[in-house]
Amino acid sequence: MTTTQPGAPLVRLDEPIDPAPQPKRGRGHVKRDRWTEAKRSWRRHWQLYLLIILPVAYFVIFKYIPISNAVIAFKSFNVLEGPWGSPWVGFKNFELFFSNPMFGTLLKNTFTLAFYLVLASFPLPILLAIGLNEIRQGIFKKSVQLITYAPYFISTVVVVSMTILILSPRIGLMNDALGLIGVPAVDFLGDEDYFRHIYVWSDVWQTTGYSAVIYLAALAGIDPALHESAKMDGASRLQRIWHVDLPGIMPTAVVILVLGVGNLMAIGFEKVYLLQNPLNLAQSEIIATYVYKTGLLNADFSMATAVGLFNSVVNLALLLLVNFVAKRITGNGLWG
Amino acid sequence: MSALTLDREQRRTPGTPPSKKIRDPFSDRVLVIVITVMLAVVLLLVLLPIVYIVANSFSSPRAVSSGQVTFWPVDFSLVAYQEVLTNPQVLQGYYNSLIYAVAGTLISVTLTVAIAYPLSLKTFFGRNVVMTGLLFTMLFSGGLIPTYLVVQDLGMLNTRWALLIPSAIGVWQVIIARTFFAHSIPNELYEAAMLDGASELRFLWSVVLPLSKPLLAVLALMYAIFQWNSYFDALVYLKDPNLFPLQIVLRNIIILNTTTAASGDIGQGLDARELANVLKYALIVVSSLPVLIIYPFIARHFTKGVMVGAIKG
Repeated sequence: MTTTQPGAPLVRLDEPIDPAPQPKRGRGHVKRDRWTEAKRSWRRHWQLYLLIILPVAYFVIFKYIPISNAVIAFKSFNVLEGPWGSPWVGFKNFELFFSNPMFGTLLKNTFTLAFYLVLASFPLPILLAIGLNEIRQGIFKKSVQLITYAPYFISTVVVVSMTILILSPRIGLMNDALGLIGVPAVDFLGDEDYFRHIYVWSDVWQTTGYSAVIYLAALAGIDPALHESAKMDGASRLQRIWHVDLPGIMPTAVVILVLGVGNLMAIGFEKVYLLQNPLNLAQSEIIATYVYKTGLLNADFSMATAVGLFNSVVNLALLLLVNFVAKRITGNGLWG
Repeated sequence: MSALTLDREQRRTPGTPPSKKIRDPFSDRVLVIVITVMLAVVLLLVLLPIVYIVANSFSSPRAVSSGQVTFWPVDFSLVAYQEVLTNPQVLQGYYNSLIYAVAGTLISVTLTVAIAYPLSLKTFFGRNVVMTGLLFTMLFSGGLIPTYLVVQDLGMLNTRWALLIPSAIGVWQVIIARTFFAHSIPNELYEAAMLDGASELRFLWSVVLPLSKPLLAVLALMYAIFQWNSYFDALVYLKDPNLFPLQIVLRNIIILNTTTAASGDIGQGLDARELANVLKYALIVVSSLPVLIIYPFIARHFTKGVMVGAIKG
């Protein structure tokens, strides 16, 4: 289940907040082992240990128990016996899924949609941020920023609703515009070939302004001395964008690209599901929507979990792979 | 030559252009114009769909159904809003969403502070283990069905708790809060409070939280907007229409196109289908309004939240 929260990470911050190694305190020959350290910490912070129980329990119950529940992918799940009591069936559920005629379609749809989304939504925020960075502070700049950022806060349901109304075959804005240049009306949502474009470009509409913020921060972090010296050398603005700004935001861009590719399989299922209709199903059925339908609507829990697990594992593998490649090529990665 | 002497010389010779260094090369000015035009286009592309929806929502049902409306209301009318604001489904949805937003925010902020504050202390033993455990859940999850089974076992299916508890803590929000606590609460304050004999909880309550109002505001708004906009948990966990949040009502009316109960009993003069049509536009406006009204006030803080992760790329 992928829920995008407002303000969810574009870049994950997983470095410790106090990376500097602490100097050894106290007299050197008193070796303080972890057990003493734990006891000291408990004596000092016992109230906080009590405080943290509830949220930690939350993560155990709602994140880690589901991970252990995923064992039903290898079982024939039976409600009465529960996830651990049900009989093992080995990889049967996976084999059934791989031999399912839907398998190829699902994989192809998921990958195509995800790659298309990453490719389309990667460069535009960079362009927007560079553009905003080049114009003077003023009402125009502020309103561009404020307004392009706003759609991020509109709910998925509303964005899909707007998309449907605007693309509506008879009275929608899009067909009005096409009518002006003499193109006959098109039923965009009823034609499977348009599905990917609708999905990707409505997403670009919603998130470009938000994603640009991160590049604006990176641009603001570039040492002004670099720009000054480039100016001294007679570089034009365009040359400075190319030789100072772009290299300056490269590390950020790499991290975002890694995350984008790493999240390939977790693409916005919520939105795909809302945009889906029987007419575009051939291209809009992805692994996540299939999991929802087989799992909850058809109550085939084991099969759906196997499919979901496959999805998660491919996703994690992709993330690790892309991170590895990015670190090799650019020296930047998510961690380490 | 210093700027001052240059200035004096220019005053003495009025014929010369006022300044040599400020004027940009021609190509740079062209670039700025090109960029400005491009940004204006982007602005319009983002804005026009919204304007279109708003214009339709203020038009008469007939004008909407015949597709006459583009960016300005045709036959100005408030019928759609009247219909939306008297529709029992919509009102119930609004009410439910308010409950979810308020209760969810309270629960989420409390739990987030409760985990983020201890994790921000260097002397808190085991914090790296806990933090790694949290970050791992960002990368790997059990998936839809295994989570559903947990919610089911806890007896939360088809109750309001299903929307409040399973999505209560966001790891990203924990990171933001932890970073804030680590950087904004001076250690001296802590030492002083301890010398004065305050307990840790007392310190958290009477010193840390009052100093963290900006953080609490950001967290509250993030969680509130998240609750207000979410629909999927409700789709999975709820069956009872009386518990549906606004987003589900919206989906049923606009995307699934189920005609509402209320649109049946309209006066004879109006075609029910036309009314159902215009209702959709007003519904979009009404449901997005709360978020868009508070948005300008919080955009700055959200930007800071995003940047927490951006600075170290």
